[in-house]
Amino acid sequence: MSISRRNFLKVAGGTAGVLALAGCNGGNTDAPASDDGGEGDASQAGGELISVGIINNDPNESGYRTANDKDMKETFTEENGFAAEFAYSMKNEEQIQSAQQFIQNGVKYLLVSAADTAGWDTPLQDAQAAGTQTILFDRVVDADESLYVAAVVSDMDAEGETAVNWLTEQGLDEYNIIHIQGVMGSSAQVGRTGALNKAVEANDNWALVTQQAADWDAATAQQITQSVIDAGTPFNVIYAENDDMAKGAVAALDAAGITHGKDGDVIIMGFDHNTWALEEVMAGRWNYDGQCNPYQAATILDIINKLEAGEEITEKTIIMEEGYADCETVTQEYIDENGI
Amino acid sequence: MTIEKSKDDNILKRLLHNQLIIPIAALLALVLFNLIADPSFFAITMNTDSTGNPVLSGQLISILNNGSELAILAIGMTLVTAATGGQDISVGATIAVAGSAMLAVLCGGNVRPETIAAPIILAFLVGVVVAMICGAFNGVMVAVFKVQPMVATLILYTAGRSIAAWINNNQLPIIPTDSGFGVFGGFIPGIPIPTPFFIALACIVVIFLVLKFTSLGLYVQSVGINEKAARLNGLNPTFIKWLTFVILGVCVAVAALIKVSRLNTINYQTIAADIEMDAILAVALGGNALSGGKFNMGASILGAYIIQFLTTTLYKFNVASAALPAYKAIVVIVLVVLSAPIVREKLSALWKKIRSPKAEVEVAK
Repeated sequence: MSISRRNFLKVAGGTAGVLALAGCNGGNTDAPASDDGGEGDASQAGGELISVGIINNDPNESGYRTANDKDMKETFTEENGFAAEFAYSMKNEEQIQSAQQFIQNGVKYLLVSAADTAGWDTPLQDAQAAGTQTILFDRVVDADESLYVAAVVSDMDAEGETAVNWLTEQGLDEYNIIHIQGVMGSSAQVGRTGALNKAVEANDNWALVTQQAADWDAATAQQITQSVIDAGTPFNVIYAENDDMAKGAVAALDAAGITHGKDGDVIIMGFDHNTWALEEVMAGRWNYDGQCNPYQAATILDIINKLEAGEEITEKTIIMEEGYADCETVTQEYIDENGI
Repeated sequence: MTIEKSKDDNILKRLLHNQLIIPIAALLALVLFNLIADPSFFAITMNTDSTGNPVLSGQLISILNNGSELAILAIGMTLVTAATGGQDISVGATIAVAGSAMLAVLCGGNVRPETIAAPIILAFLVGVVVAMICGAFNGVMVAVFKVQPMVATLILYTAGRSIAAWINNNQLPIIPTDSGFGVFGGFIPGIPIPTPFFIALACIVVIFLVLKFTSLGLYVQSVGINEKAARLNGLNPTFIKWLTFVILGVCVAVAALIKVSRLNTINYQTIAADIEMDAILAVALGGNALSGGKFNMGASILGAYIIQFLTTTLYKFNVASAALPAYKAIVVIVLVVLSAPIVREKLSALWKKIRSPKAEVEVAK
């Protein structure tokens, strides 16, 4: 009995954590091997692979994260002159542990997408002391700017503003909005909600029919929308803070026979640029989908190349360019290029 | 005269002791609140959906529809609770695993298939088997290795959603809408009542038949009340505990079928998130002791629909999203405290005290 309990504790530490640790341990033994292997076909001038430790959230978290992780893996390859090690966790402490492991191993660059903003002071200081340069991606942390080279991030406030500006341009007489929010407090929720709240306050003909958190869940969004339909309150806009929730809301509209999209009664807005969502936009069933750009690897590669060439990085925060898809203008090429 | 009084007392006593009294009282309170606040809550109208089918719509229909998964899970959770005196907190994650397996079979490795790759019944059966294996794993941990149920099921609670993602290679396949898979979470063409309600009803009928015509209920309760005594009477507590987890696995698979069918796809991280808590709550609301032993299946199922009633009511009154869990918590605390056996004992003692002076006066006369 005690054995199984002890076994359990290992697992209870979080499977993601166990996987991350396993991955990181495996990485330790792999690293020298890949160094050796790399010398033969090294494309870099020095013939030496650049060691990179990449700390990311669990790729299963969302389509966004999956695309982000894939992008990183495809960019930091041996062919491109990198010996990359990966660690995944959605828990901050485990990420910090992996960071310290990477620093001990003496990686040259540490790339971090932090699970939480707090607690990164010490590991980043350690990194600096060990001569490891840190680049933050996707999310910033509460640490002094001098502790990292650059942060490559999305501007969630700008995503919200772009969406609200687009909605304003539609020139409706009245805006009765069903606002479905993500997990309260997440940066995507805060940014995307902030812009809409401001617009509703500023305009007399804008009103929130309901404002509820569906925690990124399609089925919950479906229930919330259904509840508004059942109550008989009129509405003409659904502003869902991600694609899944927009899909759930649309399912509720379909069940009630309410038309939506290009020629419909209700404007549908989603975020994240999942390929299937962009296809909905192109088919005219949705009106708008805001981008949340996961392809940060190219920008990071640029930064590392500059550093390797001895250049200074002047910009601390580099904001990813992000667009949107409109059912009137979206094209298949755009979907192929930007869908995740 | 006095005889009639004591008969009255008995009925009252029996009412107070009846497990169903708390859930029914909670339901009545919710109904009353909605009647006073806005009677249109109970309006049911006939509409047509976007494909031209007739559908009934209204808050009550939504409650019956959306409460289905919870009611089905409550069946299995009641049995697990009764037999082991613990709860399975992995049901949400196992729904993700079973749902993912169904999707994998239906889409055949394709992310956006044109047609489904296998018959729906096959996909469902695969889902059932997968969920039963998960349940059997939990069951072995609890029944054989004697790990605390909540601790044992924490394994799949943490690992389940990663396993679900792994089954489909981290992809999120979408089932083609014209495949007919959508009927399980939507409407059967021509029938205006949501299908999940029928599925839940079928599960409820099956479990009541099983409890009536087999000794399952009796065995489960005797194991839950006193495992040693049950063994001395020739029962196999290990097997019975294990069996309840496997039955819960079947319930999970049915709930997964509805969940996946609602949107024709899955999100491993968010599908059925936190549903285990609502399922456990349904059991508690039904007045069942969470420490195991005797149970009342009907009360648990009623509990599930009450939770959905509460959720829908809160949505209806547009409770600020940040405050929603707090409201739910308050209601839940009141209900659970009221349905706790110790409080009920105190209440009936209090009732006796109020009644007894009168009775004494009458006797003196």
